[in-house]
Amino acid sequence: MPDQNNSSEKNNRRRFLKSLGLIIAGIVAGSLTIFFRSRFQTRKPGKPVIKLTASNKSMELANAAFIRPRLNSDSLQPHGRIGLTGKRWVMVIDLSKCNNTRKCIQACQSAHQLRPEQFHINTLLMKDSPMTAPYYLPKQCQQCDNPGCVSVCPVNATFKRTDGIVLIDNERCIGCRICLAACPYSARIFNWFDPRDAEKYSQQPYDIELNVPQKRGTVSKCIFSADKLRKGELPYCVSACPNGVYWFGDENEDAVTNGTTKQTIRLSELISDNAGYRLMEELGQKPRVYYLPPKNRMFPFQEETINKNEENI
Amino acid sequence: MIVQEEKKNIIIKDLTRNIRLTNRFHIWMGFLTLCLIFCLFAYYKQIRYGLGVTGMRDYVSWGIYISTFIFFVATSLTGMLICSILVLLGQKWIAPLVRISEIIALSFAVVAGLAIIADMGHPERLLYIFIYGRFKSPVLWDVVLLIVYTIICLLLYFIPLIPDAALLHERSTDIPSWQRKTYRFLSFNWKGSTEQNSLMAKAMKILLIMIIPAALAIHTITSWLFALTPRAGWNSTIFGPYFVTGAFVTGVSAMVLVMYIFRKIYGLKDYITNMHFDKIARLFVLVSLIYLYFSINKYIVPAYKMQKYESVYLHELVAGRYAPLFWTIQITGLILPTILLLFNFFRKPLQLFIISIFVFTGSWFIRYLIVVPVMENPFLPAQNLPEKFVSYTPTPVETTITIGIFIVVIMIISILSKLFPVIPVYQTIEATTNETAD
Repeated sequence: MPDQNNSSEKNNRRRFLKSLGLIIAGIVAGSLTIFFRSRFQTRKPGKPVIKLTASNKSMELANAAFIRPRLNSDSLQPHGRIGLTGKRWVMVIDLSKCNNTRKCIQACQSAHQLRPEQFHINTLLMKDSPMTAPYYLPKQCQQCDNPGCVSVCPVNATFKRTDGIVLIDNERCIGCRICLAACPYSARIFNWFDPRDAEKYSQQPYDIELNVPQKRGTVSKCIFSADKLRKGELPYCVSACPNGVYWFGDENEDAVTNGTTKQTIRLSELISDNAGYRLMEELGQKPRVYYLPPKNRMFPFQEETINKNEENI
Repeated sequence: MIVQEEKKNIIIKDLTRNIRLTNRFHIWMGFLTLCLIFCLFAYYKQIRYGLGVTGMRDYVSWGIYISTFIFFVATSLTGMLICSILVLLGQKWIAPLVRISEIIALSFAVVAGLAIIADMGHPERLLYIFIYGRFKSPVLWDVVLLIVYTIICLLLYFIPLIPDAALLHERSTDIPSWQRKTYRFLSFNWKGSTEQNSLMAKAMKILLIMIIPAALAIHTITSWLFALTPRAGWNSTIFGPYFVTGAFVTGVSAMVLVMYIFRKIYGLKDYITNMHFDKIARLFVLVSLIYLYFSINKYIVPAYKMQKYESVYLHELVAGRYAPLFWTIQITGLILPTILLLFNFFRKPLQLFIISIFVFTGSWFIRYLIVVPVMENPFLPAQNLPEKFVSYTPTPVETTITIGIFIVVIMIISILSKLFPVIPVYQTIEATTNETAD
C-alpha cells in the first residue's frame, strides 16, 4: 500500500511539473514572439504619391519617403541626460539689486508652460532676524552638488548631469513626490492639474532640457534653462532681469556674465569681493547658486512695494 | 477515548461556526461593495483631473494618503509582535489569538500598498520602480520590504491553516463545491502524519524568526522615508524606534478591536476568554509605556533647545493650530489608556474595547501629525501663493478615497473570517488532548 501511495504521489508531482513547464514555456514563447514582432515589423510601402518638384515637373515618390524623422523624446532624451562637456554651470544672485520686479518669474513661467501659481523661481520677502533689514530673495532650484532629491528618487527620473544641472524626466516620473519632501529649498513643484495650455502644447515632442510639455502628475522645477545653455545663450530669467541681479557662467572658466549689462567678470573675484554665500550651507546640499548679501541696496526697501505685491496676490 | 472524541467534536463545531456564507454576510459584503464603488468613483475623479482634487499642494505635498500608509504599516506590525515574539517566548495563552493577529497583519500589509498607489501621480508607472529602480532610494527599499513582509505574513497565515483546511474539507458537506475545492487545494494533501507535522513545525519556526527582522526593517524604512530628508521635525535619529514602538501600540489596539468583534459575532467566549483580554491589556500597558518614552524623547529634546526651524513646528503642535488635536490624542490616545489599564476594572473585554477605539483612532491622527505640520513649516517661507497652497485640509474626494482604502481592509478581514476558522482548530484540539494526556 505505501508503495502504491508513493508512486501515485510521484505521478501527481510529475504531472504537475509537466504542466507547469508547459505553461512557462508557453508564456516565454508568447512574449518572445510579441517582442520580436514589434522589433522586425517592416513598414509596408503605401500608395505612391505624386509631387511637384521645384522645376515644375511631377514626380512619383514612394509614400515611405515622406515619413519625417520623428523628433520625439527618444531622440531628445539621450543628449538631455548627458551634460555639456567641460562645463560647470553656476549662478550668482546679487541681492542688493533685486527690486521684486518679477520679470524673471514671468519669463520663466512663459517658457516652461507654468500656471501663475507655479514657480520655478520665486522672489521671497525675507527678514532674517528682528533687527536686520528686509530684502528680496530670488529662490529657485539650487542645482545642488549633493542633491537630496536625486538620492531619494526611486526611478532615476531626476538626475544630476556632469555640467552640474539637476534635471527631471517627466516621462519617467511616477509622481511619488518624495523629492518635494527631500528638498530643503522647496524648489520643486508638482503638476496637480493639467498644465497651462495643455492642448496647445500636447503635439510638441517632449524636450527634457526645457521640461515642456509639462505633464499632469509629474514633478517640475528650475533646470537652469538647459535648452538655452545648449544654444549658448543665457537662461530665461537671467536675460529677462532689468536690474542686473543675475550673473551666470561656468565655474571651470571662472567667468560669469551679467544678464542685463552683459558684462563678463571673474566668478571667484565677484564672490570673494562681495562676501558671497550659499543658502543653508549647514544642510550640506552644496548648492551651485551663490548669493551676494543685500548691502548698499540699489533700491531702498519700501513698505509700499510689499503692500502692492500682497494686493497682487 | 469517547470523552475525548466528544470534546473534539464540540471544539470543531464551535470553531467552525463562523464558516457559513449566511445572508447576513452577503448583505454586509453588498453594503461594503456599494460603499467601495462610491469611493472608486472618487478615485476615478482623481485619475481624471489629477491629484489637484486633493488638498495637497506644493508645500504640503503629502497628506492623509501617506498618513494612512504609515498607519497601515504600523497596524500590520501586530503580526510580528503577537504571532512571533510571544509565541517564541513560549507564551501558551496566546495560541488562540495567533491567527487573528495574522489576519490583521496580512490584510493591512496588503492594503498599505493601495494607499501608496492612491498617492501616486502616475500609478500606471508603478512597475518603473523595478525597471528603473535606483538602489539608493528609500522608496525602493520600502516597496521591496513591503512585498517581502506581505509574503511572510501570507505564509504565516496559510501554513497553520493546512490541517484546518483538511479538516474542513473532510467534515463540512453542506457548503458549495467551490468552497470545498478551495479547502482541498489548501490542505495540500494533509494527513497528519508525523513527517508532515514535523515539516510544518520546522517551517513555522523559520517563518516566526524571519518575520522579526522583516517587520523591524519595514517599519524602520518607512520612518526613513521621512527621517532621511533634511526637514526640521523629521530630521531625527530616533525616528526608526519611534515608529516601531508606535506600531506596537497601534497593533495591539487593532488586535483588541478584531478580537472583541469576532468573539461577539462568532460566539467564541469559551476560547477568547476574559483572561486573554486581561493579558493583552497588560501587554498594552507595556507597549504604551515604551511608546510614551520615545514620544517624550522625540518632542522634549528639540523643544528644550528651540532651534530656529524646529521651534516653529513645535509651537504649531503644542500651542498653535494643531494644539487641540495634539493634546487630545496624547491624552486620550496614550496617557489616559496607560493609566486606566493599570486597574483591574478596565482590563475587562468591553472596557478594553472602548479604550482601544480611542487608541486606534488616535494612532491614525498621530501619523497625520507626523506628516502634515512638518510640511507646513518649510525652511524658506511660502509666499506669493494662494492660501490653499500653504496650509493643508483634506478634501472630500481625498477623504472618500481614504475611506475606500479602509473598506478594502474590512472586506478582506470579513472574507478571511468567513472562509476559515479564526482560531486554529487543529492546534486547539492538540492542546486539549495534550492537557488530558498530562
